[in-house]
Amino acid sequence: MKFGIIVFPGSNCDRDVLWVTEGLLNQPTRMVWHEDSQLSDLDVIVIPGGFSYGDYLRCGAIARFSPALQATIQHAEQGKPVLGICNGFQVLTEAGLLPGALVRNRDLHFICDRVPLRVERTNLLWTQAYQPGEIITLPIAHGEGCYYADPETLAALEAKGQVVFRYSETSNGQGVAENPNGSLNHIAGICNSRGNVLGMMPHPERAADAMLGSTDGLRLFAGILAQVAAIA
Amino acid sequence: MSAVSPAPFSAEEIAAEGLKPEEYAEIVHRLGRHPNKAELGMFGVMWSEHCCYKNSRPLLKQFPTEGERILVGPGENAGVVDLGDGLRLAFKIESHNHPSAVEPFQGAATGVGGILRDIFTMGARPIALLNSLRFGTLEDARTRRLVNGVVAGIAHYGNCVGVPTVGGEIYFDPAYTGNPLVNVMALGLMETPEIVVSGAKGIGNPVLYVGSTTGRDGMGGASFASAELSDESEADRPAVQVGDPFLEKSLIEACLEAFKTGAVVAAQDMGAAGLTCSTAEMAAKGGVGIELDLDLIPVRESGMVPYEYLLSESQERMLFVAETGREPELIEIFHRWGLQAVVAGTVIAEPIVRILFQGGVAAEVPATALSDNTPIYHRALLAEPPAYARQAWTWTIDQLPPCTLEGIEIEGNRWRWDDVLLTLLATPTIASKRWVYRQYDHQVQNNTVILPGGADAAVVRIRPVQSIAQSITKTPAPAQPPVFSSGVAATVDCNPRYVYLHPYEGAKAAVAEAARNLSCVGADPLAVTDNLNFGSPENPIGYWQLAEACRGLAEACRELSTPVTGGNVSLYNETLDSEGNSQPIYPTPVVGMVGLIPNLQQICGQDWQETGDFIYLLGMQPNDAEGAVVSAATEAASPPSALTLGASEYLAAIHQTIAGIPPLVDLDLERRVQAACRFGIRQAWVRSAHDCAEGGVAVALAESCISGQRGATVHLTVSQHPEIGQTNNNSNSYPRWDHLLFAEGGARILVSVSPSQAAVWESYLRDHLAGHWQKIGQVEEINSSLRIVTADNQSLINVRMSDISDRWYNAIEHQLSKSILLES
Repeated sequence: MKFGIIVFPGSNCDRDVLWVTEGLLNQPTRMVWHEDSQLSDLDVIVIPGGFSYGDYLRCGAIARFSPALQATIQHAEQGKPVLGICNGFQVLTEAGLLPGALVRNRDLHFICDRVPLRVERTNLLWTQAYQPGEIITLPIAHGEGCYYADPETLAALEAKGQVVFRYSETSNGQGVAENPNGSLNHIAGICNSRGNVLGMMPHPERAADAMLGSTDGLRLFAGILAQVAAIA
Repeated sequence: MSAVSPAPFSAEEIAAEGLKPEEYAEIVHRLGRHPNKAELGMFGVMWSEHCCYKNSRPLLKQFPTEGERILVGPGENAGVVDLGDGLRLAFKIESHNHPSAVEPFQGAATGVGGILRDIFTMGARPIALLNSLRFGTLEDARTRRLVNGVVAGIAHYGNCVGVPTVGGEIYFDPAYTGNPLVNVMALGLMETPEIVVSGAKGIGNPVLYVGSTTGRDGMGGASFASAELSDESEADRPAVQVGDPFLEKSLIEACLEAFKTGAVVAAQDMGAAGLTCSTAEMAAKGGVGIELDLDLIPVRESGMVPYEYLLSESQERMLFVAETGREPELIEIFHRWGLQAVVAGTVIAEPIVRILFQGGVAAEVPATALSDNTPIYHRALLAEPPAYARQAWTWTIDQLPPCTLEGIEIEGNRWRWDDVLLTLLATPTIASKRWVYRQYDHQVQNNTVILPGGADAAVVRIRPVQSIAQSITKTPAPAQPPVFSSGVAATVDCNPRYVYLHPYEGAKAAVAEAARNLSCVGADPLAVTDNLNFGSPENPIGYWQLAEACRGLAEACRELSTPVTGGNVSLYNETLDSEGNSQPIYPTPVVGMVGLIPNLQQICGQDWQETGDFIYLLGMQPNDAEGAVVSAATEAASPPSALTLGASEYLAAIHQTIAGIPPLVDLDLERRVQAACRFGIRQAWVRSAHDCAEGGVAVALAESCISGQRGATVHLTVSQHPEIGQTNNNSNSYPRWDHLLFAEGGARILVSVSPSQAAVWESYLRDHLAGHWQKIGQVEEINSSLRIVTADNQSLINVRMSDISDRWYNAIEHQLSKSILLES
């Protein structure tokens, strides 16, 4: 399976994803320059974390206009997998591939930490290696990760089961203490209605290497390998 | 001798450039004429302490700078050490104290940007950042604003540029109220086959200007950094630069790509003194000249004059000397990354810096006059230690109120030892820095092995990466996944109270502690970068502190085989109040040290691992009468000791006393204890290690408990201690329990070992560390208690895990947020 990782000026987790897909999982992976629009050779596209174009106007606001992102939208429309991590999640909401927006954290500080997440859905390409309701721990690192959507959108997301990861220490809790950034409904990650596009603020690629202590995130990548391999 | 015409500048104009009258006379002598305004400005910044070390150079000479692993020592943008297997590490520390005092956010942010440029200018990819910060007390509203601003600035720049901030240290003391310290250290992994140097070469080669545009920001920042801060310093805010980490991220990628083409002959970043410094240093180091045309420099403002071009400290800019004919491929790389790149000058044979502007010569100065052959001041050292030190040294432990097993009464208040421990754990200097490091991205790059707060030093895996261009053009066929198993450890250390009270011993202690911290994670200490933050050297006490500290640093670095590869000198860290009274900071020689971890499977953190593990105390033992006294030529009232409450956090925080002689450093014992610790870790006998620093063994025990979420029961045995003295007739004060619990020093490390390995570990200790180790206790259940008892089982301390964790984790956050409520 061939992975593509989009590189905007200001992306800084691009090589971290490369280390997981190519270094740990042995999959052919190519970096995609933001001006490149030929992505048809790719099976999976990852939009990595960072500060695309400096995030000066609004996180992800410029990136959506890049040729690579326009090609990513087409890729997604064909039902192929797209993963946006952190800034990549912000880019996906700006591009309209996912609903809602990511705004400043509740306490206004950047937060780098490891947080417990509940896996809400395991019948996706991405999450099939997890158990339903499983609590995993993934790193977060963001200043603008507070998920916001209007009440109708939020209700629709919940109704259609598009919330994939929720900040939670328990299989059903929703205490404020467990919500690091003030996200509505404790949302840490969502998918589109088709389920092929996943956006998440936590960094699965930072919890993939046993040498660094945690492999809770590796299953996200390993899961899609197994799934796509099965389809092929 | 012909009469020189009167200077075209007033005394005020000359002083405004930071130059003394005799320095101006020297400039006239060297040029054979009066300088023009642009030239005067160039001399002003280049002859500042920040750029030319005119006060400190004679002292820095005594540092050891060579060693087996040292590839690049002082003089280049950063030091480089050999890690083996073809891997090379560049590292350096730098201060941004004065900018951070007047504009904390941008001051700290551009401090990060500047040190990163020093690293990637060498051809190294930055892989980690650390910082060493000093502030006043958190009770002060301005200090709270500074803390918030500095931390946010470091976070802003480091997070965006994608380099993890993996470690650091922070002290709070009123001595820094007016003049905080912001020191930033960066580590980088060499990516180019050759280390990129800064000396210009090849007559006729083009000089390229790359990166961001030039504006009027940061005018004369180097001169600003080399003067005392005063009430008017706020008006100098234009001297603080504004950083753009997004541009810097692109600049890192573009520069490393450019260096790999082989078309770059030399490179120099534009930091302090901008174009002036970079052209002069490149020319002087290469023994050539540079002609630079200001009309070709990309600008962000119109109407700038040569003086402004030359002294601008706009950020994210570099100067390259390229091979003739290869400019286009370099320019293409920078344009691809959205950056400026123009040919702005030429290397010339005549060893001068010639600046062209609008068709004429705007400045022409011999390159060496600016950067090599600069003034040096040899100052006289005080014949005897200054009065403040001699006075402080008269303190003895007998001046403390008597204490009992239950506690101590201080000015009518009864303190139980539990209360003392909890109070110490909540002092901002000891308390967890979680509120700070949680704002720094410490995991980006996917190599952070030990997270902040988890150990005495940061540990980062060494894993070379490719440039983006390489990763785009080829899709590598999956081969066997590569294995990267080595790492580097890094730490920054300095207990400034020790240095204030005894600069020589305090500086030695800083080096010893840095090496000890590296040893506690299992790393071999390799080399040092130092940041000398001091007051004015023109003040005899300030110079005595600087000279004594340098002597201590030199000796400790030599004894511990950790050569100094460079660093930074920041003098004039003083605040002038409105009456003109000068208040210097504590002398603060921050030691940044890097170490090698050959195998990342053989490391450990500070947290207890398993209930039932045995706890050992290595180093000076509380009842170690023989080793406790180290001879030293001081005028102390009591014999100076390696294990003492003098200069301790206990004395400062509980007794409000800044006095005594800090712990004397026994470098031989340090070496032996640290070697034993590293050996134990590599044999997998030692499962946790933590050094005893501020707050002594009691605080170290509490911290290992908190990190491991496990309690401990510890027996501290004591016999009569020499420092306690035989003359004290108050039987209640025997033994001094506070000394037992909270004394500092003694090269001490707490380790935990599985009972199954205890026999072989103890046998090793008997052979290698006889007399300097003791089994003191055992790790208890998760969320139990920390109990410290005497040899005959009487309780000294018994605190619940939840209580010590809450105090330690939340103290800084509480102090910051409580104050916000009060202000609103």
